[in-house]
Amino acid sequence: MFRIERVEALSSNIYLMDVYAPRIAKNALPGQFLIVRVDEEGERIPLTICDYDAEAGTVQIVFQTVGAESYRMAQLKKGDCFADFVGPLGRPSDLCEMPLEELRKMKLCFIAGGVGTAPVYAQLKWLKNQGVTADCIQGARSKDILIMEDDMAAVSNLYICTDDGSYGINGNVCVALQKLYDEGKRYDRVIAIGPMIMMKFVCQLTEKLEIPTIVSMNPIMVDGTGMCGACRLMVGGEVKFACVDGPEFDGHKVDFPQAMQRMALYKTEEGRLYLEAKEGATHHGGCGNCN
Amino acid sequence: MAMDMMKKVPVREQDPQVRAHNFEEVCLGYNKEEAEAEALRCLNCKNPRCVQGCPVSIDIPGFINKVKESDVAGAYAVISESSALPAICGRVCPQESQCEGKCVRGIKGEPVSIGKLERYVADTAREMGIKPQGAAEKKGKKVAVIGSGPSGLTCAGDLAKMGYDVKIFEALHKAGGVLVYGIPEFRLPKSAVVQKEIENVQSLGVEIETDCVIGKSTTIDALMEEEGYDAVFVGSGAGLPKFMNIPGEQAMGVFSANEYLTRSNLMGAFSEKSRTPIMRAKKAVIVGGGNVAMDAARTALRLGAEVHIVYRRSEAELPARAEEVHHAKEEGIIFDLLTNPVEIHADEKGWVKGITCIRMELGEPDASGRRRPVEVPGSEFDIECDCVIMSLGTSPNPLISSTTKGLEINRRKCIIADEENGQTSKKGVFAGGDAVTGAATVILAMGAGKAAAKGIDEYLSKS
Repeated sequence: MFRIERVEALSSNIYLMDVYAPRIAKNALPGQFLIVRVDEEGERIPLTICDYDAEAGTVQIVFQTVGAESYRMAQLKKGDCFADFVGPLGRPSDLCEMPLEELRKMKLCFIAGGVGTAPVYAQLKWLKNQGVTADCIQGARSKDILIMEDDMAAVSNLYICTDDGSYGINGNVCVALQKLYDEGKRYDRVIAIGPMIMMKFVCQLTEKLEIPTIVSMNPIMVDGTGMCGACRLMVGGEVKFACVDGPEFDGHKVDFPQAMQRMALYKTEEGRLYLEAKEGATHHGGCGNCN
Repeated sequence: MAMDMMKKVPVREQDPQVRAHNFEEVCLGYNKEEAEAEALRCLNCKNPRCVQGCPVSIDIPGFINKVKESDVAGAYAVISESSALPAICGRVCPQESQCEGKCVRGIKGEPVSIGKLERYVADTAREMGIKPQGAAEKKGKKVAVIGSGPSGLTCAGDLAKMGYDVKIFEALHKAGGVLVYGIPEFRLPKSAVVQKEIENVQSLGVEIETDCVIGKSTTIDALMEEEGYDAVFVGSGAGLPKFMNIPGEQAMGVFSANEYLTRSNLMGAFSEKSRTPIMRAKKAVIVGGGNVAMDAARTALRLGAEVHIVYRRSEAELPARAEEVHHAKEEGIIFDLLTNPVEIHADEKGWVKGITCIRMELGEPDASGRRRPVEVPGSEFDIECDCVIMSLGTSPNPLISSTTKGLEINRRKCIIADEENGQTSKKGVFAGGDAVTGAATVILAMGAGKAAAKGIDEYLSKS
């Protein structure tokens, strides 16, 4: 069992937790993920690691309540335990393997969307510790759901943008990146982490701007160790497993339409489970469709 | 009881029509009378060829004699000298090509039903609360076992009996490896059988740490250098699924058998209680002819599908156990033999809607000695379906070999280990099971785990 040491609600539906998992805390690197299971009947849910403290033995996760499992996770309090918490899985960001001199010369721009902000934080913090301060565009639909602003500002040159213009640059992350580009900013690499649709549009833009772009894919997974192939996606015409070959890939080579389609595989079933978790039942009667 | 000594005492099974709709065990096993009647068929040969056919060399006539005498505890003690997992082996070993395949009775009639007798002894001993005996004296040396499948459990059990402190590291959240994620409930009950045999191994003093991926959560080098393990056994299995690389394989509704079975078996998705989803197909095509293909097919059937098995060779070459093929047919699974998939078709939303196959014929024998299937030109035809499950075999996971200094692998990514004692190219590290051989059987993995336990004992006794 893996004890929850801290819980913080970052917005109305985004939660941060520190979990005691010393093996992961000791071996994690930015870019990697872990798999969590709430209880004995729960699904295995992959989450990107956002921070880790080897000394305290804790690992930080940030998640949004989007389905039945994350809704159940959000009900847990400090002192409660996850049934399972396994990792670190996947390959670390290849920035971690670059010679430091080369890394320090690189002009990097991170793009963080929504709950994808958390894994970007892990990378920015690691870079900051290596003496590299990267640019970062953090996007949110609106000011009230923006998360981790102070943390992000502490480890990067932060540019915030909101879709509704309530804070920072008026527009989505692509508008913000184009704006920085038009102002004369040039980057050797963009690293985009967020909803698939956001990463897809960022890749379309950076292809035009000719900036190599890395994305972090988060498809449906079961075991997370290469065993099941549920997370397979096409990258440059080849089948790759996000869990062992990724989760980070060359964004210009990822087949996004297919990857997005595959996310819909269990949509109906997930929706039903979410209702069950929230309302205790899915059959309220009266709709005429139940039997 | 009047009986034909040339024939096995028939074993009771769930009716095919009934079991096609449930996940309860197909075979119900012998009761006392049936087991003792079957035991009488054993000729108690002076040179028992059945023992030579057993990868872990169980004293088969020895335990059958005890069954004749109604001494189940004695029979269990005889089996336990060689096997830690008899309730499992009695159910999943390919007896027809091992012990029973060599039985003298089999020359003129049917061989003794050794597998069913082993199962009877293990199940009855469990019901009587009999546990295997642990070590009298501790050796004060630590061994790490990676993977809690058949080879790991066997190796760990044997080492614990010798007095070593053993800890198993398991990547998944439940111990058992392929016994838990791969083989379905209706063939090998999880809580009633697998869990109990794992508890038996634990009762010998073996510790199990789940949720620990060696190569990620820690490494073999760290286990030896930082956590004080004197030797390591790698029994990490062959977990990586193969695909065909044909067009349309990315469509929704195409799964590896590993994924489909893991969802159903490990995650319990067949049951209403589990929150892990699984596709309940209308018509499923399973590609492949091994035990895993049969398991996937019979799982899909139980989840409500019409099921076709598409296999490129003929019935004689089906690698699955005869009993599994027989059961699958009884349950109404359709075998499309000498048939090979060419392309999978998806609808506009990306869901599988059919598969194009081509007819095959058998040509000259290939490297495996089986006649090579050759395409019949122009014989393509379509099967309408909403689900395709690829069951083409698996290969070892490189997670361990790629993170362990000095551990050599061959070109098939299998760890190179001595067959006699499991020794690898790295000092103190032993390996066995599918991680070494590539996908094989439960009992061969157990045999390798046993050999490695002996090898580890010899190594640690010297140092």
